[in-house]
Amino acid sequence: MQFHKTLIPVLLACLPLSGMTSGQDGLPDDYCRWEVVEYTIMEPLCGLAGDAQRGMEIVSDSNRGNCLACHQLPIPGIEAYGTIGPPLAGIAARLSVPQIRLRIVDWRNINPMSIMPGFYRDPRLINRPGEKYRGRTFLTAQQIEDVIAYLATLE
Amino acid sequence: MIHFNKSIWLCCGFLLAIPATAALAGEVKSGYEYIRPASRAMQDDDFENPGLLAVEQGQHLFNNKQNGAGKACAECHGKDGTGLNTKSIARYPVYSENNAEIVTLQKRISRCRDAGTDSKTLPTDHPDLVALETFVRNRAIGEAVNVQMDGPMTDLLKEGEKLYRTRYGLIDMSCYQCHDIYPGQMIRGQKISQGQGNGFPAYRLDTGEITSLHQRIHQCLSLMRAEPFDADSEEINLMGLYIMSRSNGLRIETPAVRY
Ligand code: HEC
Ligand code: HEC
Repeated sequence: MQFHKTLIPVLLACLPLSGMTSGQDGLPDDYCRWEVVEYTIMEPLCGLAGDAQRGMEIVSDSNRGNCLACHQLPIPGIEAYGTIGPPLAGIAARLSVPQIRLRIVDWRNINPMSIMPGFYRDPRLINRPGEKYRGRTFLTAQQIEDVIAYLATLE
Repeated sequence: MIHFNKSIWLCCGFLLAIPATAALAGEVKSGYEYIRPASRAMQDDDFENPGLLAVEQGQHLFNNKQNGAGKACAECHGKDGTGLNTKSIARYPVYSENNAEIVTLQKRISRCRDAGTDSKTLPTDHPDLVALETFVRNRAIGEAVNVQMDGPMTDLLKEGEKLYRTRYGLIDMSCYQCHDIYPGQMIRGQKISQGQGNGFPAYRLDTGEITSLHQRIHQCLSLMRAEPFDADSEEINLMGLYIMSRSNGLRIETPAVRY
């Protein structure tokens, strides 16, 4: 508890708008660093290419993305969804892919008050992760890129 | 919606500065107001409410000695708890000056059980203790929750609120974000409530089990993929206290039916 209270401000102070600049210290080996440039993340995580079909499965799977917990999405046959976040139909017409990437990876990097979880947040910033989840990100880099590829189809 | 969120962001410094008492700017509402009509009807029906099974179990444990030794609760508090003071029950959790600690209703019951009988101390949230707690709290149904907020409680409630506003787990959200900013919104198929304590122990439709307030807090932390607080830890006691204090003025509904 005490540890996290100091850790978080210190880290935030080190990396406000600059993304990951430190080494891999304390980060899992497969964590790919990313950089925020003008409220976007330009480069795909780990240089991976996404698959829109897989992305659509991830956003509706409550054990993976579970974006439907908070957002309405134009997926046929889905009735239960959340109203905490804005509906995502037409999102690709409003935001560019690099803008979408930052929002899913870790929007709090620029809006610390956002309620939306950082799906590829630096695991060192997570307070009291459950035992199974220590040192992990919510989604893998591949899953993030898949979700982005899917959202990019929502014009 | 988007506009609303942006203003929160812009006002974040201001929001952080709001004092404890103003946490819930609007009216304090029971979870009852947020559940589906069918669940409300279930809670209100003395035959349909599955939580009443726990009340009956608790009643049996209350009226009868355990392990054939010592005293039954009923020997001090009357058969079916007729001697219990419902106004005092509505005060829990209380602060014990003697031990300088928060005493939950369940802890109070557990200590009575130890003092009155020679049976072994049960761990917190043991099914027998939850049943006894459900029975005792149900005696005070309709009484307004009335947790002390001054004196030694002032600082404890501040600490509780700090925990309430801390983010936990991979989902990395605080209780405050869900239960103070978004009540009334849907999270997947469910309406978010203010996370009040007045219905606890409550029957949860999701798990099919009678659930103490501390267990419910534990379940929310697991949902956030966070490491839950240990039973009996200072954190869980502070959090439970703070939550019940937010429910001051709401009627006790135990056993409520909740999602
Ligand atoms: C716990 C709630 C929650 C979850 C889960 C969630 N979001 Fe969000 N999301 C929000 C909120 C709230 C906003 C509005 C901005 C804010 O408050 O920060 C938002 C905004 C967005 C936006 C920008 C929308 C716009 O119109 O500007 C995108 C894109 C987005 N979310 C994608 C996703 C994806 C993809 C997932 C799942 C992988 C997801 N969200 C999961 C709460 C959530
Ligand atoms: C040997 C006598 C004795 C026995 C047996 C006993 N109690 Fe008590 N009980 C007390 C005393 C003394 C208090 C302290 C007065 C107080 O805190 O109000 C108390 C307080 C309580 C309170 C708080 C009530 C209030 O008005 O604040 C509850 C609830 C309670 N007991 C329930 C139980 C239960 C449940 C059992 C059995 C599992 C039990 N008691 C067994 C003597 C007893």
